[in-house]
Amino acid sequence: MTTETKPTVQFTPERLAKVQEIIARYPEGKQKSALLPLLHLLQEQEGWTSPEGMEYVGQLLGIEPIEVFEVATFYTMYHIKPVGKHVIEYCRTGPCCLMGGEDVYAHLKKRLGIDTGQTTVDGQFTLKEVECLAACGMGPVFQVREKYYMNLTNERVDEIIDELSK
Amino acid sequence: MATKILTEHINVPGIETFDVYRKQGGYTAVEKAVKTMTPESIVEEVKKAGVRGRGGAGFPMGMKWSFLAKPEGIPRYLVCNADESEPGTFKDHYLMKNNPHLLIEGMIISSFALGANTSYIYVRGELMYVITILEKAIAEAKAQGFLGKNILGSGYDLELVVQPGGGAYICGEETALLESLEGKRGNPRNKPPFPAVKGLYQCPTVVNNVESIATTPWIITNGGDAYAAVGIGRSTGTKLISASGHINKPGVYEIELGVPVEDFIYADEWCGGIRPGHKFKALVAGGSSVPILPANLALTLANGEKRLMSYESLSEGGFQTGTMLGSGGFIVFDETACIVRNTWNFSRFYHHESCGQCSPCREGTGWMEKVLHRIEYGHGHQQDIDLLVDVAKKIEGNTICPLGDAAAWPVASAIRHFRNEFQWHIDRPTEATQPGAVYRGEMELV
Ligand SMILES: Cc1cc2nc3c(=O)[nH]c(=O)nc-3n(C[C@H](O)[C@H](O)[C@H](O)COP(=O)(O)O)c2cc1C
Ligand code: SF4
Ligand code: FES
Repeated sequence: MTTETKPTVQFTPERLAKVQEIIARYPEGKQKSALLPLLHLLQEQEGWTSPEGMEYVGQLLGIEPIEVFEVATFYTMYHIKPVGKHVIEYCRTGPCCLMGGEDVYAHLKKRLGIDTGQTTVDGQFTLKEVECLAACGMGPVFQVREKYYMNLTNERVDEIIDELSK
Repeated sequence: MATKILTEHINVPGIETFDVYRKQGGYTAVEKAVKTMTPESIVEEVKKAGVRGRGGAGFPMGMKWSFLAKPEGIPRYLVCNADESEPGTFKDHYLMKNNPHLLIEGMIISSFALGANTSYIYVRGELMYVITILEKAIAEAKAQGFLGKNILGSGYDLELVVQPGGGAYICGEETALLESLEGKRGNPRNKPPFPAVKGLYQCPTVVNNVESIATTPWIITNGGDAYAAVGIGRSTGTKLISASGHINKPGVYEIELGVPVEDFIYADEWCGGIRPGHKFKALVAGGSSVPILPANLALTLANGEKRLMSYESLSEGGFQTGTMLGSGGFIVFDETACIVRNTWNFSRFYHHESCGQCSPCREGTGWMEKVLHRIEYGHGHQQDIDLLVDVAKKIEGNTICPLGDAAAWPVASAIRHFRNEFQWHIDRPTEATQPGAVYRGEMELV
């Protein structure tokens, strides 16, 4: 690669140290294994997985941007379009539905005034539907970043949205 | 008291810390293994234990280990499958979050037995907070000399790496997992070659589920024969069951294999019965991929005997009247559940998760989702039920990986046992699409 220009996205020094630590986990020449972890690191910092960010991660690992893009788009966790401050990833799978997941989801959509895939006008919330989050006994469930919110009810959803809106 | 092999200490406060885990006898199995046993003798104990893979396929773990190729000068790898994404399954999540050191201890023993010096735990990316818990526990174990160079002065070196996934059910399939771990899209590989010969980085590799690996500390401490003495027949030991749906007490339960399904559902010790005022309609016993059974077949075999929670008993009767233990994702439906809606929901899942490499799976899952959607929403055609059966048949056995079968079985079994309910949706669309409407025709509720 010949890109000499300074990338528009750059990891913080702490994250750059973490990048080195991650790459060292794999055998010589297998640094591509670091791709998924680095994309998570990118999204944690930037809020989404931007084209510039993917190019930057590619440079760090010595792989083409298209390779990064191909991988990032295979997985559901990388937001390859801009998203709101809080991305709510709501489980839509069978077991959660048995626990009333669909009704609670209808309430959540009404409360936020948006549909699946949309972002609120104030940029606070993006709503996504995801598949089973491995918490089926505690359904309905959604996730915001690392945190799981479980045993959801309409009331609980209102509380959580109030908390996150602060 | 029922034997607890995996969860005996899970509720001890602070068990996620090294000190508390150690006080409960933790890491003594590692000491025993690396100081007094050879890798071969560990494999032998695991074989004697008869423990079968807990990720879903039920392949004997000791046998898998003995197939690992051992060419000179080439590294071997152990990869722990913690991708847990099969709908209805949440036991590995529970185990890792509450007792991370148990998995780590199991990884050290298993890696030593296989001669691996770097081992990976591939955790679904959504469980980032569990990854943090595991990494903390690994750092503790390393600080105490149980990981890293020259473990306990034995000359054996091991590094443990936790790898996050990116969100993809298919990466639970072992070869897709290896692709993903190499930083690629999670497309399953053609087999052969099998991972035991060419796995991670084209080196010999064993992939085992979290729960499988977590049995090894107990097996080393108590012996393979003691493990095999628990359970029933070839279903040795205990199994973690993830119980969800319309029961009084959803959660993860460790049972000795061989408990009657009826007891598991109704006893206070486990699910505590169907929620008050409702009746038992159907069961998915082993995760979304296994055939669904109506209540009577879930509880009783064709010969009138009680069906048991074991590999053999759950599959008794084949797909006509039986199912599979699978991953132990136990989903209970009462009479308010619409089988058509649930089948559509599952088929949407498989369509969404198909990697798209083989056309029967890519196209077939899409077809099934579409046809089920139109039946559920009141636009079904008379020939749709037969069409679904036909599509399911065309997928089954014709794909690179078992996701195709996993997508076909729920549909085929739902139609086999609940055909009237599908027919009702097609014949009475107005009635069937009323809010909360559920088929109340002829069926056996318990
Ligand atoms: C589509 C698909 C998804 C799977 N998901 C998982 C999973 O999440 N966890 C798991 O341990 N095994 C899963 N498996 C099974 C693995 O391919 C493999 O058999 C297993 O990890 C081996 O470990 P075990 O023998 O200890 O069960 C899946 C298989 C398929 C076909
Ligand atoms: S069966 Fe489906 S998921 Fe498996 S390799 Fe083929 S297309 Fe991919
Ligand atoms: S179905 Fe929602 S977490 Fe499993």
